[in-house]
Amino acid sequence: MSGGERKMVKCVVWDLDNTLWDGILLEDREVALRRGVRETLEALDQRGVLHSIASRNDHDAAMARLTELGLAECFLCPQIHWGSKVGSLESIARALDLGVDALAFVDDQPVERDEVMASLPGVMCIDAADLVRITALPELTPRFVTEDSGKRRQMYLTDSARKRDEEAYRGPPEAFLASLGMRLIIAVAREQDLQRAEELTLRTNQLNTTGYTYSYDELSQLRRSPDHRLLIASLADKHGSYGKIGLALLELEPSAWTIKLLLTSCRVMSRGIGSVLLGHLMRSAGARGVGLRAEFIANGRNRTMYIAYKFAGFREVGRRGDALVLESDLSRVQPLPGYMRVDIEDGSAA
Amino acid sequence: MDERKTTIRAYLTRFFPGCELRDGDDLFALGFVTSMFAIQLVTFVESAFAIEIENEDLELDNFRSVAAIARLVERKVGGRR
Repeated sequence: MSGGERKMVKCVVWDLDNTLWDGILLEDREVALRRGVRETLEALDQRGVLHSIASRNDHDAAMARLTELGLAECFLCPQIHWGSKVGSLESIARALDLGVDALAFVDDQPVERDEVMASLPGVMCIDAADLVRITALPELTPRFVTEDSGKRRQMYLTDSARKRDEEAYRGPPEAFLASLGMRLIIAVAREQDLQRAEELTLRTNQLNTTGYTYSYDELSQLRRSPDHRLLIASLADKHGSYGKIGLALLELEPSAWTIKLLLTSCRVMSRGIGSVLLGHLMRSAGARGVGLRAEFIANGRNRTMYIAYKFAGFREVGRRGDALVLESDLSRVQPLPGYMRVDIEDGSAA
Repeated sequence: MDERKTTIRAYLTRFFPGCELRDGDDLFALGFVTSMFAIQLVTFVESAFAIEIENEDLELDNFRSVAAIARLVERKVGGRR
């Protein structure tokens, strides 16, 4: 477990003229990619880093050239217009459900980078001249590249299809959720899940109860420890898989269990996964006749999780180091939602 | 007070369309409560009535119904005067 903040970049936002390609599109319709750009885009894509665009340019002309270059699919929610790049970066962060501090911005113009640095200090600004060094930056180098990382862009595309569905839907939110045909699997983490588990502890800030991060080796020990239980959740619906999107770590003591960590990926916000996971832990503890406690550390962005505990009936009972300790009397556990099928494979038979 | 209830009811209607919410209806019995709904509700109450909900106010009973939320707001606004 380490408390050090390692801010990973989850999306690189590219300028176009003299950054992605050599020259200026409106002067030369045949602009060619700068040397090394394609390799950089692909290498980062493999690592699960997303790409987007913030360019002051003619939208249709730029998209046409990107399509000819075979790159149109590579960029999520590109912002190509004559408006401010600060606004573009904010739009991208919003559209991808990321904080702006999860963005990097590559531009050849110092004045653009300066403006972004001044307005959005959390954004990592990179001079386009440093292109060849981008793939070596630690903020862009996750410790592991997992099966889920290579699919991340595809998953975001599937997510936008879901979002369009959701926006077009007229009716109660629960009926929409039911229309997705979701299936959640809660399982004991296996060795092959641990890279993704580590990645989740590093990448998840908002829907995370403590922000404890664990290395692969620590997770491997915890997974085998008789005093702990590490659960991982994966979700699928009619559009496809969301991958592994939830994690819970329990510390087991004879009289009580403590939830050290409960997190869900921001991509499944609004699906009720956190509440389902918490309900499962409460039911398991109840079935074993042990108490259930939870640690919580506020990080300024994870109030959702505090409210989730409180509304599930947890009360503050003390502190343990930096963490608040909450406890539930397990008298009221929310039943599973009707809109989702939940399969438990945690061997607890609870 | 009644004006506040109208504001609260209007907001909640988007989550429970077609449902005539009475003051005492238990929101948390009407469907599965996601943490997303909970945070949105808390954030709405804070911004609609310009109050700050502190940790000790974050109890289900304060948010269980239109009437409960209105009582919470009343108390918070009262305390500010």
